[in-house]
Parts: sequence; C-alpha cells; structure tokens
Amino acid sequence: MAAEVVILGGGVGGTLTANLVARHAGGQAHVTVVDFTGRHVYQPGFLYVAVGQEKPANLSREETRLLRKDVDLVTEAAVAVDPAGRTVRLASGRTLTYDYLVLATGSRTVMDEVPGAGAAYDFYTMDGAVRLHEALQKFAGGKILVGVAGIPYKCPPAPVEFVFLLDDYLRARGNRDRTEITLLSPLNRAFTIETTSKLVQPILAERDIELCTFFNVETVDPEARTVNSLEGESFEYDLLVLVPPHRGQKLIEDSGLGDERGWVPVDKSTLRHEEFDRIWALGDATNIPISKSGSVAHYEAPIVAEQILAAVKGEPAPVRVYEGKVMCFLETGHGQATTIRFDYEHPARSPRPARVWHWGKALFNKAYWHTVPQGRLPE
Amino acid sequence: MSTVQVDRTIDARGMACPGPLMSLIGAIRQGQVAQVFEVLSSDEGSKSDIPAWVAKARHELVAVVPEDGYARFIVRKAR
Repeated sequence: MAAEVVILGGGVGGTLTANLVARHAGGQAHVTVVDFTGRHVYQPGFLYVAVGQEKPANLSREETRLLRKDVDLVTEAAVAVDPAGRTVRLASGRTLTYDYLVLATGSRTVMDEVPGAGAAYDFYTMDGAVRLHEALQKFAGGKILVGVAGIPYKCPPAPVEFVFLLDDYLRARGNRDRTEITLLSPLNRAFTIETTSKLVQPILAERDIELCTFFNVETVDPEARTVNSLEGESFEYDLLVLVPPHRGQKLIEDSGLGDERGWVPVDKSTLRHEEFDRIWALGDATNIPISKSGSVAHYEAPIVAEQILAAVKGEPAPVRVYEGKVMCFLETGHGQATTIRFDYEHPARSPRPARVWHWGKALFNKAYWHTVPQGRLPE
Repeated sequence: MSTVQVDRTIDARGMACPGPLMSLIGAIRQGQVAQVFEVLSSDEGSKSDIPAWVAKARHELVAVVPEDGYARFIVRKAR
C-alpha cells in the first residue's frame, strides 16, 4: 500500500516537495497538498507591485496547474496536527491521516503586534503592496521612512531593495527632490548580511538615502506621525513603510509544533522535526538560522523529498543534507542589481551591481512558473 | 562579578550574527527595568555589535567575560 505523504502549504517549498516525491516514489507514495487558498503566489513580486512595475494578476496561479496530476490538492485550511495519531484536522472537520508530514506553512505577518502600526504601509502581502502603490501615486513629497518591526522577516534584503526602487520611482515622477528617504535598520548596518551591507551602504549614500542604524521599531503614533524605537529615538514621517513582525502559522502554535513564535524546530541539516521523526519542515516555517526566502525553500525541498522517499522505500537516510545554501538577487536601482550567495560555512559574496543581474532577476521572475515548482531548475 | 545576579540567561552559542544581538533585544523588549540579562555568544560579530547596541539603547554593559570558545555579555536593562 502506498505511503500517505501530506504536505501543508502550497508555496514554493510545499509544491516542489510534492512534485519531487510524487515523481520519484514509483507508486510507493500518495501525495496530498493542503492549501486553503488553492492559489500559488509569487511573493517576491510584491516589491514590484508597490512601485508599479508589476500587476498583481501576474503573481498568482492556480496551484493545480503547478502540481503533477498524481498529486491531490485539498483546498481547505488545516487547523490542527496530532503527531501522536498522525492526523491533520481540516476546517470542515474532515481528517487526513499521514505516514509522513511536511510543514511548508510559511510565515504570517502580525503588524498589530506594534502599537499604532495600523497607520503604516507594507509590501509583505498583496493587499499591502497594492495599498502602498496607491499611496505612492498620491504622494506629493515629504518624509518617507522605511523601517523593520521585527527580525526574522522574509527576504532580508527587501527593505534595501525597496528604498532603491522607491528612489527610482520618485525620480521618474519628478518627486525625488521634494522627498527625504530614510531606511531605519534594526542592526548597525543596512541589513542582516554584513558583506553585502558594506557593498550597498555607499550606494545608499550616493542616492541620498539616509541610513539610520540600531532602530528597532517599538511604537507608532499615527496622530503625531512619529515612529519610535526601542533604543529611544523618534522620527517624524509623512509616509511610513514597515516590514511587519513575522511569526509562524497559528496551526503550528495551536498544535504545539513550534517555539514561542511559532517557528518549527528542525535539524538544520536534515530539516526533520526535533521531536517528531515523521515530520519535516522547510522554508519560512522553520527556526533554522538562515534567511526566510523562496530561495531557501527551493534548495531545501529536494533534501526533504529525498529523506521522505528513503523512508517510504525503506532505504538508508540520504547522505546529502541541506548545507544552508541561499542565492538571491538584490535590486540596487538604476536598472542594476547584485546577487547574494552563501551557506552555513561560507559568508555571503556579492558582485559589483550590474545590469546583467537586474535582467537575471527579471528573467527568473518570469521563468519561475515553468521551472522552480516543477523541479526543472538545476541546483 | 559574583555580586551580579543574572535574571535571565540567553544561550545564543552557535547562532550566526545577528542572532545573539536580536535575542538580547527581544529579551530586553519583554524584560523589566533593572533586570540583568546574560547572552552567551560564540559569534565574533557580537563583540562589537552587542556593546554598540547597548550603548545606543542606553542600557548598561555590566561585563564581557571571555570563556572557552564563546563570551558572556552581561547587560542590565536601564530604562
């Protein structure tokens, strides 16, 4: 009888893992993906929606179009996992039984954890990016602050990319000379990765984008239009953009599968749950000390799939493990970009920004739909 | 040293930068004024990051104690 493999979440990690397990199982596994939206959303595109360079309709597709035909999709919310009984309870009350479970549930944004931050804009959800674009279209000049309201958050370079693209956007609209842009970083550099921060900081200065370091957003006062930091500083704004605090999904918290922020504790090499050996997690959902990004989920999925396939077939655990590989692009504005590559053992390297990397990112964004979820991109 | 009573220890050994600092910031955010926090970090970057953040945030760096393969940063929440 085929083993039941249940995958919670139809993002990049869940979809790729499902396709790889189904492709290589030789009929020994039946794969079910549970995703309550039934739509696959390309989140790296939100940044471009915010600055009017992408349409929301181009950023989502029916999940069934990306899954192999032999993978079942359940379009329903999972509400609880029982690791002892090896079941997943769905919102309708229906129960799925699993032999192996993958938590590809991603993260959620929780802006309401920051008092007053309802007044802030963000580009971390589709709605947020659309609202921000509308606000920017009406913006006639003033002070724009871009801050971070909690680490970890998805795509560490995104706030830096956003200020560069915002600078381009305002220049194109003739508003740049009437606008001050300030990036409020929670660290003593532009973002988490030290080497790439050193590369981009002079470019921020060249573009007249102010960098304020060690500013961990604590509260927002929407009436006074100020944002206040844990460190005791305060800035006035005309338009405030915040990276919201992130945490794991409620399902993870409710099922006791995560830490105090809902991140799933896994072995950073095998991605297997630290407590439950039939459960794996990948992508944003885990607690491992690596970027929360689609790139990580992309590189982790084959590792999880190989481990599950070995378990299904009764073979020894694969030698290959996840070594912390990340590769992503960082837009630096003016039609240029750089890349960031690193793993657990090697610090990030980034080439000098060039047009080729900007076009590389644009091409990847288009090619994504036909390559990554299906496992067609070489590792 | 023996006179400082630590209220909470954060073992961030093995965490890469900026994990230890962010763990301290999270603890201070939730802690009470005058509480003492101890961060254990094996990350080299912590030696500059943690004292710099403590100074900027106007808390008190009570001590930095080198240990075998890591350091202990003892910080009092001052405000």
